[in-house]
Amino acid sequence: MKLDEFFVTGDPLIYGADVSIALTLIGAIFALTYFKKWKWLWTEWLTTVDHKKLGIMYIIAAVLMLFRGGVDAMLMRAQLTVPDAGFLDANHYNEIFTTHGTIMIIFMAMPFLIGLINVVVPLQIGARDVAYPFLNAVSFWTFFMGAMLFNISFVIGGSPSAGWTSYVPLAGLELSPSVGQNYYLLGLQIAGIGTLLTGINFLVTILKMRVPTMKLMHMPMFTWSSLITMVIIIFAFPVLTVALALMTFDRLFGSHFFTMMDGGMPMLWANLFWIWGHPEVYIVILPAFGMFSEIISTFARKTLFGYKAMVYSMVVIAGLSFLVWVHHFFTMGAGGAVNSFFSITTMLIAVPTGVKIFNWLFTLYKGRIRFTTPMLWSLAFIPNFVIGGVTGVMLAMAAADYQYHNTYFLVAHFHYVLISGTVYACFAGLHFWYPKMFNHRLNERLGKWTFWIFVAGFNLCFFPMYFLGLAGMPRRVYTYGAADGWMNLNVLATMGGVLMGIGFLILVYNIYYSFRYSPRETTGDPWDARTLEWSTPAPVPHYNFAHLPESKGHDAFWIMKQERKQGKTQEKKPYKPIHMPSYSGVPIVMSVFFFIAGFGMVFSWHWMSILGLIGVLATMVIRSFDYDKGFYVSVEEIEEDQKRTTL
Amino acid sequence: MSNNEQTNSHSHFPWSHLIGFGLSIFLTLLALWVGFASDFSLRTIMIIVVILALIQAAIQLLMFMHITESDSSRIQVGTILYAVFIAVAVVAGTIWVMSFGMHNMNM
Repeated sequence: MKLDEFFVTGDPLIYGADVSIALTLIGAIFALTYFKKWKWLWTEWLTTVDHKKLGIMYIIAAVLMLFRGGVDAMLMRAQLTVPDAGFLDANHYNEIFTTHGTIMIIFMAMPFLIGLINVVVPLQIGARDVAYPFLNAVSFWTFFMGAMLFNISFVIGGSPSAGWTSYVPLAGLELSPSVGQNYYLLGLQIAGIGTLLTGINFLVTILKMRVPTMKLMHMPMFTWSSLITMVIIIFAFPVLTVALALMTFDRLFGSHFFTMMDGGMPMLWANLFWIWGHPEVYIVILPAFGMFSEIISTFARKTLFGYKAMVYSMVVIAGLSFLVWVHHFFTMGAGGAVNSFFSITTMLIAVPTGVKIFNWLFTLYKGRIRFTTPMLWSLAFIPNFVIGGVTGVMLAMAAADYQYHNTYFLVAHFHYVLISGTVYACFAGLHFWYPKMFNHRLNERLGKWTFWIFVAGFNLCFFPMYFLGLAGMPRRVYTYGAADGWMNLNVLATMGGVLMGIGFLILVYNIYYSFRYSPRETTGDPWDARTLEWSTPAPVPHYNFAHLPESKGHDAFWIMKQERKQGKTQEKKPYKPIHMPSYSGVPIVMSVFFFIAGFGMVFSWHWMSILGLIGVLATMVIRSFDYDKGFYVSVEEIEEDQKRTTL
Repeated sequence: MSNNEQTNSHSHFPWSHLIGFGLSIFLTLLALWVGFASDFSLRTIMIIVVILALIQAAIQLLMFMHITESDSSRIQVGTILYAVFIAVAVVAGTIWVMSFGMHNMNM
């Protein structure tokens, strides 16, 4: 292979990306060397097994990916603003919507949520770490390396261009001969390992690591939603793993699972993809529901309305989520019985979701509401998500779906549920739990600017798309003619997109501004909140709790505060040494080997993938013979920490 | 706590393991015999082999994986039932979806 085939050439946008990537790398290396931070980076962050630090790294990675996916979105909007635009050619546009979709779902939404789960859930259940801290680090690093493998595709070898759903035969070897599709398969496969491990890890953590006094039905709603999410992950992700492996065999080793010829079944890919893909949308929405529940309850200053109904509706959603996948391809024409069945199961899902909406509304009812930034996001979520949900029920009608299918109506629908559900939740959760992570709040004034501009932009961008879809504009087209009459609404959508971009930039500036100027936390409970994570002091010690807290019911920390107000003081118990796991460099090294193996497979350089896999195996062996049982935090250190905090 | 359980299970002769081991070998040999040496029709053979496989899976769970012995056995059984539900939904659903209405096409 020649060098000019290896690197993507010929497009000024790509050259610009090359330069900016090189400059960023050089800048980062220079800064780390200049400030002598390499050792700090390695010992404090890259080898960490602390769930709080891993969570922060997940969120940083997710924000970077949000930027990347957002730039993709802006490029698409730029191309579609006016008819017959020549800004992007067809293939480049295909690559961009493919990477936009894949990155936003797999490498932005999931890590953002998993990051917040990492930071918050162990604190909410009074645990000192997750059940398998080492595994948690493996999860993060395999996700990160998978994401990096996927991301380098656009400068080395070319991006995938068959859509984030990668339907065959388009994604097959005949119609997508470039290595781009291999990047998709291997990147997702490696990141998928991390997600599956996270699923197992947090399922065990939530079931087994709670403080003994916390009953299942007293768990905070975010923990409940995380638990259900982990169950869905464990059952859904193996399907993706298998489907990706089969397509990888098809592309690399000439098998015929999904090919047109030799007995392959192209639609089976779509079928398997959506058996994973539909539960996947609940994986990214349920934690969001959990966050909104916490935030609404906190800022309405009321216990969550209908706690049990919330839990059971999530259980029902988790069950139904595996029974609706065909609604993504009603137009395959599986027949009346199949389409009717999946049409009905799809509409059924609206019932438990509706129950949740009413629960939030009743939580707000007669609450003394404080309009903080996280609360604003949560309040905007409700009407916006309802718009997305109602149009979802419209799409669920199989007969009508033949009209909406593959139009901008669908695009508008899933952006309405994913952005006003997941993305609003990520922003709300980030603002809400920011003081737990960084020991200072994000600036409220800038936060509200972000909120108003982003929400206005979002509605301006995606509401017109419903009408574009009804006017017949198909999704995934790189341009349209002036005679189609779609320009006005497209101009509106682009203006909305620009506003969303501005909102994001204000958020980034807010992170910098708050780091410089926000007052540092002293109490650990800046929002007067209700659940146990807020009972930890500021900053949160690395072992989380000096004494394990006691959970006496819903909103355990609220009960604690009420008792304190009534003058009940806790007797001072002596501290005991706390057992904590040691940091390890094995997860990052193992994941680098995964990256090498994946990169080798992308280019069919089998020597390289074999070397990489040997490396993976070697790190596993090293880990197996690692008898490090962790260390004890001394009583002196705990006392020292407790003196520094005011609580 | 887990230490206690381990010492308990190690203190007596592992009869259940031995019986399970014997039964597994027996069932495997039976399946082999049905498959290679019996005169049943293919359909019957398939049914018998699947039933034997299910019995063996149950033996694995009972004899080796101690499904009934822990204090969380209800959760374990619930998990297995949920897994069976998902597996049936995915496999049977896929077969149904991928075959239904296909006679309308020229395949």
